[in-house]
Amino acid sequence: MIPASDKEGKAPAPAAQRTRRLSVGAQLYRLRALIVLFALVTGFAMMSPAFLTTGNLTILVKHVAINAILAVGMTFVILSGGIDLSVGSVAGLAGIIAGGLIHGGLVLHSLGVVVYFHTWVVVVLALVAGALVGATNGALISQLRVAPFIATLGTLYMARGAALLISNGATFPDLAGRAELGNTGFLSLGSGNLLGLPVPIWLMLAFAAAGAFVAERTPFGRRVYAVGGNQRAAELSGVRVKRIQFAVYVISGVCAAMVGLIIAAQLAAAHPSTGETFELNAIAAVVLGGTSLMGGRGSVGGTIIGAFVIGVLADGLILMGVSEFWQIVIKGLVIVIAVILDQMQQRYMRRAAALRS
Amino acid sequence: MSQDVVFEAREVSVQFPGTLALDRVTFRLRRGKVSALIGENGAGKSTLVKLLAGIVQPTLGTLLLDGMKILMRSVRDADAHGIGLIHQELNLCPNLSVAENIYLARELTVHGVLDKRQQEDRTRELLERLEHPIDPGRLVGDLPLGQQQIVEIAKALARDVRILMMDEPTSALSAAEISVLFRLIRDLKSRGVAIVYISHRIEELLQIADTVSILRDGRMVGEAAAGDVDTRWVVEQMTGRPVSAAEPAGHAASGPERLRVEALTLTAENGRPLLRDISLSLRTGEVVGIYGLMGAGRTELLECLMGLHPEVVGSVFMDSKRLDSLDTSRRIASGLAMVPENRQASGLVQSLSVVANMTVSSLGRFANGVWLLRASEEAAAARMVSDLRIKAPGLQHNIGSLSGGNQQKVVLAKCLLTQPRVLLLDEPTRGVDVGAKREIHALVKRLAASGMGIILVSSELEEVRAIATRIVVLSRGAVTAEFDAAEASDDALALAASAGPEALGETA
Repeated sequence: MIPASDKEGKAPAPAAQRTRRLSVGAQLYRLRALIVLFALVTGFAMMSPAFLTTGNLTILVKHVAINAILAVGMTFVILSGGIDLSVGSVAGLAGIIAGGLIHGGLVLHSLGVVVYFHTWVVVVLALVAGALVGATNGALISQLRVAPFIATLGTLYMARGAALLISNGATFPDLAGRAELGNTGFLSLGSGNLLGLPVPIWLMLAFAAAGAFVAERTPFGRRVYAVGGNQRAAELSGVRVKRIQFAVYVISGVCAAMVGLIIAAQLAAAHPSTGETFELNAIAAVVLGGTSLMGGRGSVGGTIIGAFVIGVLADGLILMGVSEFWQIVIKGLVIVIAVILDQMQQRYMRRAAALRS
Repeated sequence: MSQDVVFEAREVSVQFPGTLALDRVTFRLRRGKVSALIGENGAGKSTLVKLLAGIVQPTLGTLLLDGMKILMRSVRDADAHGIGLIHQELNLCPNLSVAENIYLARELTVHGVLDKRQQEDRTRELLERLEHPIDPGRLVGDLPLGQQQIVEIAKALARDVRILMMDEPTSALSAAEISVLFRLIRDLKSRGVAIVYISHRIEELLQIADTVSILRDGRMVGEAAAGDVDTRWVVEQMTGRPVSAAEPAGHAASGPERLRVEALTLTAENGRPLLRDISLSLRTGEVVGIYGLMGAGRTELLECLMGLHPEVVGSVFMDSKRLDSLDTSRRIASGLAMVPENRQASGLVQSLSVVANMTVSSLGRFANGVWLLRASEEAAAARMVSDLRIKAPGLQHNIGSLSGGNQQKVVLAKCLLTQPRVLLLDEPTRGVDVGAKREIHALVKRLAASGMGIILVSSELEEVRAIATRIVVLSRGAVTAEFDAAEASDDALALAASAGPEALGETA
């Protein structure tokens, strides 16, 4: 029998201490990417007067928005222990579907008619297409047990091929729509303004907020972390692992389709090769944001910061006139250094935890 | 009596490919009673528990809950029926907090949003009941093993179970933690929870159980009230043979001392002792068998000898040369070699060929500065293949194309190619067919006859008795008995292996 006084006198105090010290460590860990971002912004602002202008910042954030929305979906996939290489192709496919429907309508040969949809319907159809590609990924991975890297590599090619087939390799131009067909307004998705902010930025804020909320505050989000952390433990706890795996790819597919729509609307044209290599930028943003590629650790907030680090770096280096080739080298260096720092911090925190107990 | 039965497995059989894991077993659980389930490794205990928890489905037979026939296809079904299982191996997400693990898949929410505070408050209450005020917000991966076990137990309790199964819950707990667990079990009993308790530690079982059920080879061979039986009876039922008294006896081996172990002590991160003050001596030409139950410290002992636990206290001497400061590769160079317990994970490189696996520990011998001498490498491997009678389609074939027994022989060949003077074997015939097993036994004897010192760890009594000249029994990290192989009876060994803390003079 442990005497009661011993129990009360000893144990709770170190427990409380632990919480405090751990939370300081955890907060520093969360803030690291933010500190880097702040340093980059300050540095570029000092070196280039053009950096901190409203015009430049708006362009910068609009660029960031595209990668950030992709990366939000990617975060869920990576948290669950997977990877989604198909997002760039899905963006291209969604853009082509929307572009085709607005530009040429849906041609029904058997009936001899061309159906034009309302802009909102076009948007929803494109997002559904993204969800379907995501569902294909999810089914391949959760039901047929195909490795995520391979499954999504396959759909990367299939979605790109589908986009090329739909447009026959051509670009669908002039997506402004026609008032008599009721399909105008598509372009505002890319170039519209709402309360003084461009629509893509609003969309990024919405996707980021929704993503962070789902990941942090819902049972679904918690289960995504659990599946990524220890799939077997999650399964034995009663988590429907296959459903979770399926769902994260659907989320990623919808995010990718949204990006395809924004790009098509910004350019007022849909090109079938839109989004090539976007998956790499999205993965880079997720990793820079402190999400572990092993799954189970990371956050949507971190990913958004990661996307900003990449965006600020690209924009700032351009303003400073650094050669395009050097920009690519520097981007690679930043990613590798970020991951090394992350590893070091993990090791330090583990050791600290072991010492405490 | 019968209305007290809340859960019953009636005449259940479970057929796995190649083995009948359970053969028409009937097992009843009663309200507010602890039913102990006992059996040797592989007797079917874990299968039965998994069946009752919905993880495994019966091939034949029925499950009756409150007298009604039920079907359970998954853990979720079992959960819905109020059936909980504390797993033998920990099943927690290291990346989630204590509270998040406890409420995983049944999160507390308000309008679909996680109610983190309530989860943490309830977790705190639960852990206080368990007398382990672990911070609910801490990451499980940061907790020492013993505390993780507590979390695993709390997780099952949080589910308001009516039926709770514990598969070796104490294997990672200290004596003080075990007494807390036992108090908790008594509390659960008083609230009408039916409990299944599995443990290898017979004395511990008899302390807490109301009834004892014994499985042997997938069949239920004995049931009794715990008060009516003693350890001896349980061991007899488990092994199917009467216990005969055996005198521990020393045996003077012929050769000079080759390996000496002095006062090895190893402590886990949570302060639980893994090895306590172990001293051993091994002579040339001698086979020392180490027998003990799971968690007794057998594997840890061999790992310490190989230098895998630099934090160990104590000394190891090989032919009077002190090895303590040497790392694993230098110990191999000094003449130690180990066949690890888990051949797939630690013994073989699955992606490499037969020959590459064999020579990976001794590549220095087959290299000329920078170049690998493939001809001499292949010649050495071919010699091993014929010496050990390894059946392989070809030296360059992938190791995976060999049967389990032949893979194990490749691991042995790898060790022998390092030209060891002391060979450490950890469960060398686990999962190996009968023919290969006999050959490995003969090989071990042959190696010993040629002057090699051999330490054999095995959980199979027959194996230890068949090839060891001397048997050392471990229980809870300490040597509890030493026998001359010729004089040790199975039952005396089993008794020594299940010696509880009392026998070690430990105070809880």
